[in-house]
Amino acid sequence: MSAAGRTVRPVSIASFAQAPSVRREDERNEAEALHPVIAEVFGNIGITKDDVDFICSGSTDYLIGGPFSFVMALDAIGVWPPRAESHVEMDGAWALYEAWVLLQEGEVDAALVYSFGRSSLGDLNEILTLQLDPYYEAPLWPDIVSLSALQARALIDSGKATEADFAAVASRSRRDALSNPNAQVRKDVSVEELLRDEYAVAPLRRHALPPITDGAAAIVLAAGDKAEQWSERPVWITGFDHRMETHALGARDLTVSPSTAKAAEVAGVAAGKVDIAEIHAPFAHQELILTEALGLDGSVVINPSGGPLAANPLMSAGLIRIGEAASRIAAGQADRAVAHATSGPCLQQNLVCVLEGA
Amino acid sequence: MAERCAVIGVGQTHHKAKRDDVSIAGLVREAAKMALADADLTWSDIDAVVIGKAPDMFEGNMMPEIYLAPALGAVGKPMLRVHTAGSVGGSTALVAAHLVSSGIHKRVLTVAYEKQSDSDAMWALSVPQPFSAPLLAGAGGYFAPHIRAYMRRSGAPDHIGRMVAVKDRRNAMRNPYAHLHLADIDLKMVEDSMMLWDPLRYLEACPSSDGAAAMVLAAEDAVSGHYPPAWIHGAAMRSEPTMFAGRDQINPQAGRDCSADVYRQAGVTNPREQFDCAEVYVPFSWYEPMWLENLGFAELGDGWKLTESGATAFDGDIPWNASGGVLSSNPIGASGMLRFLEVAMQVRGQAGEHQVDGAKLALGQAYGGGSQFFAMWVVGSEKP
Repeated sequence: MSAAGRTVRPVSIASFAQAPSVRREDERNEAEALHPVIAEVFGNIGITKDDVDFICSGSTDYLIGGPFSFVMALDAIGVWPPRAESHVEMDGAWALYEAWVLLQEGEVDAALVYSFGRSSLGDLNEILTLQLDPYYEAPLWPDIVSLSALQARALIDSGKATEADFAAVASRSRRDALSNPNAQVRKDVSVEELLRDEYAVAPLRRHALPPITDGAAAIVLAAGDKAEQWSERPVWITGFDHRMETHALGARDLTVSPSTAKAAEVAGVAAGKVDIAEIHAPFAHQELILTEALGLDGSVVINPSGGPLAANPLMSAGLIRIGEAASRIAAGQADRAVAHATSGPCLQQNLVCVLEGA
Repeated sequence: MAERCAVIGVGQTHHKAKRDDVSIAGLVREAAKMALADADLTWSDIDAVVIGKAPDMFEGNMMPEIYLAPALGAVGKPMLRVHTAGSVGGSTALVAAHLVSSGIHKRVLTVAYEKQSDSDAMWALSVPQPFSAPLLAGAGGYFAPHIRAYMRRSGAPDHIGRMVAVKDRRNAMRNPYAHLHLADIDLKMVEDSMMLWDPLRYLEACPSSDGAAAMVLAAEDAVSGHYPPAWIHGAAMRSEPTMFAGRDQINPQAGRDCSADVYRQAGVTNPREQFDCAEVYVPFSWYEPMWLENLGFAELGDGWKLTESGATAFDGDIPWNASGGVLSSNPIGASGMLRFLEVAMQVRGQAGEHQVDGAKLALGQAYGGGSQFFAMWVVGSEKP
């Protein structure tokens, strides 16, 4: 038996694959874009769909603008004979959570998790407004960049950060992305240069906003003998939790993230030294809020992949954080990592996953 | 090994064509508060919330768990949102059950809803997609040809669908929460109703409802409430692709596999004998005989004979949809959860006028998509 957040049955991230993050995927539909990612995530460890007992995906209909976008995406797997399969209308990080829960029971040993989305198909800034209260907020069309700017302004007003701090996050993210072939925005640009950017919505300059990204990602989870068979150096999930905050923005202190702090506490982030953290902070200032909430000090390498400021495929960006962190442990570049995913306006819901090498 | 998990609280709204008196938040909260009261718990006793509904476009509210978190007491807690098409109400309950049976949480609130009056489901299901055949006629238009194929394959006479339509509406007269209360329903009234999608007439189709369903699930050492717990004896999901050459949409393999899995877990070898009742997702009348065969209650081709004999009626030997079923209330996202909830009510002995005498073991089933997503559970009054 396990308790909230702490693993009792060890589950490993056995394989990770992602589509190159691009501004606009014009050539392929969702299933076509996903197909090579699924082939790679199985191919990495020499398995097929017959080796997994459960499949779970994350996506949202509002990107494709039609119902049941996850249904046709199943064709990327070919679920025949029929499979035990589920779907969350959330970032793939939460699909991973659902699969991890099932593996905790000990009845199944392996799961495929994937997510996908083409953010380029519509006006993302407007679409995300539909996450707001449909009676009192959404009809006023406050867009997601403006809401994030309110949060950034509150952070500046609190004295915790400056616009230069936001630019420093963006500068480091884009420079780190130079070594990530899957990233979308990759360049070496100084804080001084970035501070000459125009405001998108003050105090957020263009560099503090995530790019609009089409993408997809997949992870294979394994427990029991399969975890050892499929990985030379298994990457274990040692803590996993997620927490929600209220929807009423006016009722929240936007300069802190209590849901992240709670999830970090339950997942046991502080139980050991953290080498790297992959943080899903779509807006630059949010990384500062999240780093504090996760209790990470200056010794932790933040977003070595470049993070969401270098590529932010909606519905996959959280799952990619977990995959990127796991990849670095698998490669021996880190022993213990924290991965984070977020959902909702101004970091309303947050997920924390702690990963450790054997 | 998995922990035992039980339903200890149930709640549902009065399902109606329009619930103008409540917002979406008010609708889900109404069902959730009722489930908490039934479990003799308060919001603070709940460890996590799992919510489900059909496509977000039905109400125009994207990823509504974001908006509904405070209304469901989820602030500071884990919250998951499930979407598996029409089976979602069932799948949502199963995800919640796994949070308990994995030992992660002690008490989980699960909620499903649809507020169809805020939208137009026919439109939302018919948005043209590049390179995909549009439905254009909603779910009924999609399923009608499959019903015609079933009739041809089984030799079922025309009146079977009308019998199901009458039976489920008569059952709904015993269920105060049901949307449709058609006191005068009879075969003639169904036969005289407008043809919608041949061979389906208006009264052989489910209504469009506003409504919500909620359950509290608990671990063995956290059982509480005003009625005995409904223990989960088996839980399974199966999916198959929408289209490929040779796919049998009349008797889908995913449905057969899902029931085989859930029966194995529950030790059921003869469903008609061993179950005391079943709540099965029958949105169009003919899906009763089709699912009777798919779920192994009847031999292939004989499902309609079971319906015709009256075996599935309220006073039959294996009542199906004693609550009135989807044909009497269809808040789409909640329709699957209502099936799961109703069988829990039956084995807890709290179904009131539609209580099946002495119900001890029952099957809840939900399906969705193009008859391709299945969720099922078996609940019993005895511990598994």
